[in-house]
Amino acid sequence: MSFWKRFARNIGALVGLAILVLVGLMAVLAPVLFPFSPWEMRGIPFMGPGEAGFLLGSDSLGRDVAAGIAHGALVSFLVGGVSTVAALALGVTLGAVAGYGGGWIDDAIMRFTEFFQTIPSFVLAVVLVAIFTPSITSIVVAIAVVSWPPVTRVVRAEFLSLRSREFVQAAEVLGRGPIAIMFTEILPNALSPIIVLASLMVATAILLESSLSFLGLGDPNLMSWGFMIGSGRSVIRIAWWMSVFPGVAIFLTVLALNLVGEGLNDALNPRLARRRGTLPA
Amino acid sequence: MTAPILAIENLTIGLPIGGDRANAVEGVSLAVNPGEILCVVGESGSGKSMTASAVMGLLPKGLPVRSGRILFEGNDLLALSPEAFRRLRGVRLGMVFQEPMTALNPLMRVGDQIGEAFRVHGERGDVRAKVLALLEDVRLPDPPSIIDAYPFRLSGGQRQRVMIAMALALGPSVLIADEPTTALDVTTQMQILRLIRGLQKDRGTGVLFITHDFGVVAEIADRVAVMQHGRVVEQGEARAVLDAPQHPYTKALIAAVPHGRVRPAEAAHADTVLKVAGVAKSFRRGGGLFRRGTPVAAVADAAFSLKKGETLGLVGESGSGKSTLARCVVKLVTPDEGQVLFHGTDLLPLGRGAMQPYRSRIQMVFQDPYASLNPRRRVGDIIAEGPVTHGVPREQARARARDLLALVQLDPGAMDRFPHEFSGGQRQRIGIARALALEPELLIADEPVSALDVSVQAQILALLDEIRTRLGLTMLFITHDLRVAAQVCDRIAVMQRGRIVEMGPTAEVFGAPRHAYTRELLDAIPGKAWTPPLEAA
Repeated sequence: MSFWKRFARNIGALVGLAILVLVGLMAVLAPVLFPFSPWEMRGIPFMGPGEAGFLLGSDSLGRDVAAGIAHGALVSFLVGGVSTVAALALGVTLGAVAGYGGGWIDDAIMRFTEFFQTIPSFVLAVVLVAIFTPSITSIVVAIAVVSWPPVTRVVRAEFLSLRSREFVQAAEVLGRGPIAIMFTEILPNALSPIIVLASLMVATAILLESSLSFLGLGDPNLMSWGFMIGSGRSVIRIAWWMSVFPGVAIFLTVLALNLVGEGLNDALNPRLARRRGTLPA
Repeated sequence: MTAPILAIENLTIGLPIGGDRANAVEGVSLAVNPGEILCVVGESGSGKSMTASAVMGLLPKGLPVRSGRILFEGNDLLALSPEAFRRLRGVRLGMVFQEPMTALNPLMRVGDQIGEAFRVHGERGDVRAKVLALLEDVRLPDPPSIIDAYPFRLSGGQRQRVMIAMALALGPSVLIADEPTTALDVTTQMQILRLIRGLQKDRGTGVLFITHDFGVVAEIADRVAVMQHGRVVEQGEARAVLDAPQHPYTKALIAAVPHGRVRPAEAAHADTVLKVAGVAKSFRRGGGLFRRGTPVAAVADAAFSLKKGETLGLVGESGSGKSTLARCVVKLVTPDEGQVLFHGTDLLPLGRGAMQPYRSRIQMVFQDPYASLNPRRRVGDIIAEGPVTHGVPREQARARARDLLALVQLDPGAMDRFPHEFSGGQRQRIGIARALALEPELLIADEPVSALDVSVQAQILALLDEIRTRLGLTMLFITHDLRVAAQVCDRIAVMQRGRIVEMGPTAEVFGAPRHAYTRELLDAIPGKAWTPPLEAA
C-alpha cells in the first residue's frame, strides 16, 4: 500500500492537512485579499465582527483584525518553518555524529545536549531574544536553539540501533567512509521519525513565536498572532474579538500540524498504526 | 490401531484478500494417535504453524476457518464455546512455542509460572511439590533452586525445558510443539528432542511436532506429513517418507537437505593468503563511568591459516566466538592483540586509508539477508556501491553489477528494484553479488545459509561452490551446521568458548574427532543415523 493511501486512511490527518492548506493559502493570498499594511488604520476602533466593513472587527487603533490574521499567518509559517529547518540541521548532525561515533564523542555531545535540556526552553528563548534585540532573525535563532535537543536524541537513538545492522557493516567492509555511511546508508532509514518530529516542531515553534510576541518580544515591524492577542489582552472585556480570533488561528494551525504529524507517524510506521487500531488489519 | 486422539479433517483456513494465495491452509487432514509423534514438515509459508495455531484456537483474527473439523477426544474444537475451549486448553492440550527467550514472563519466578497452570485450572493441594516433580521430569538440574529462579537466570535450553514442564503440567493427552528447537544450539536441541521423545514414551502423549528440519524428523518422528503451499502433499511412516519419498516436492526437499558427505579435498595451493596468529578479543560486560566491567573473552588465542583456493570452515555453537573472529579479519571488530596477516601484511595496525586497498580484496557475505541490504536503496546501487567507492566510474560499475546479477542467476531487471521486492534466497544472491563486485580474493561467509529454507539453502550453497571454483576464491566459511560444513569445507576448525579446540582436514575431523567437544557436536547432529537417499531427486 502506498504512503499516500495509508495517510489518507486517517481522517484526522486529512482534516489537519486541509486546515494547513487553507491557512497556507491565506498566508500567500494575504497581499491580494488585504492589499494594505496590517498596521494601517482602516476605520473606527472597537468595531465588532461584521460591523463597519470589518469581517472580524477592528482593534483599539481601528486596524483590521482579519487583515492582521492573514498577514500574521505568513510570519507564523516563516518562523515555524525556518527555525525547524535550522534546528533539524543542527540536531540531525549532532545526533548522527553521536550515534555513529559512539564512545567519548557520544558522551561529549550528549552532555552538551543535556546542558540545553536542563534550561527551561521558554526562559532561554526569552533571554536570547532580549539580548539580541527582537527581530525576526533573533526569534528564529532563539527558537532553533531551544528546539534542537529532542532531534539530537531521536537521531542518536536511531543511529545507535541502525549502526549495528548488517547493511552498515557491509558498507564498512566495502571500504566506504564514515560520512558516506552516515548520510547514504543510515540517514535514509532514520527519516521517518525525523519527519514526524519535524511536523510537531513546526507547531511548537509557532506557539513559541506567539508566546514571545505576546510578551512584546516579537519583531516590531511584522504583524503576528501572538502580538495581536497581547495587545487585545487589556481590553478583552470590551473587545473579545481582538484576542479570540488570533487565538483561534493559533489553535487551529497547531492542532492541524499535530494531526498531520500523527497521520505521518501512522503512515510511516504502518505496523504500529495497525496495533493502535487506526487501520483495519 | 486405535482411534486417533487428535484428528484434523479437511481443514481450510482463509487468508485475507490480497494475500499470496486464497487459503493459508487448504483441505488439510492429519491424525495424531495416542503415544505417537507426528511431524509436520514444510518450508516457511507452507501453513504448518497455522495448522498448529488452529488446533490451539490461537488463529490470528481475520483468518477465518472456511471449512473442516478438528476432532479432539471426540469434540469438535472449532464448534466449542470459548469457555469450553479454555477448559480444554492447558489441561488436555499442551503447547510449546518456538522462542523460549520470550515465551516466559520475565518478572515471574519459574515455579510460579508452572504453578499457575495448576491454579488456573482449579487444581488444589501441594502445587509446589507437583512443580518440583515436573522440573525433575524435564531433567532440569537442581529443581529446588530453579523453582525460585527468575527466567533470566536460565539458558535457552533450560527455558525450553520449563516451557515443556508447563505444557505437560496437567498431563495433556496431546502436546503441540511448534519448532521447539529451532532457536537452540545443536547440542541443546538434541537434549530437548531426547527429552520430548522420552516424556512422550513414558506418558503415552500424542505429539504434533512442527519443524522445517528433516534431521529432526529423522530423529524423532513416527509419522511425517509434508506440507507445501498450505496442502499436505505426502503423509506416511517416517522411514518410508524419508527413504523413499513419493511426491516430487518431498523428493526435492530431501535432495536439498545437506547430505553431510565429506567433499573430496582439493590439492591445496602453496601460497598462504591469510594467516591469523594469536588473535584475542574480549568484551566488557556491565561497568559504568567509574567502574570497568568484567571482561568476557569472545575470542582467545585464535590461530589459523588459509591457502589460496581453500575453504576453511569455522564451526561452533552460538557464543563460541566464530562470528567475532571473522569480524576481526575484516576489522569490523578490532582485536585486543594478535596479527592478521594478509599476504604477509599485518592488517591490524593499518589506518582507514592504508586499509582501503585491502578492503576490495577481502569481502564478506552476511547471515541475515533481510538485514544486510539497505532497504532504502536500489539493488543496482547496492552492488555498484563498492566499485564506485574504490574509484570505478559509475557507468562501468553498473555494467559490472548487471553481469554479476547474471552470475548469481538473477534477472538484470532487478537493478532498479528495492530489496523488499525479493525473497530471502534472492536477497542472499544480491548480497553475494555485492561482495563479488570488488573481485575479492578472500570471501568470508558468515552463516550465509542459516536464515534460509532448505531448498533455497541448497541453491545458495551450489552457487557459492560454483563461484568459488570459477573465480578461484579462498573462503572462510562460518556455520553452526556440521552437515553444511562437511559439504563445503576443505578444512574445519571447531570453536568452543572462544578457542579453536580442533582443526584439521574435514574428513579427519568428521571421521576421527580428537577433541571431546567435537565428538559431542557430531553426536548432536539431528538424524545422523539417516543419510538422505542419493537418488531422491
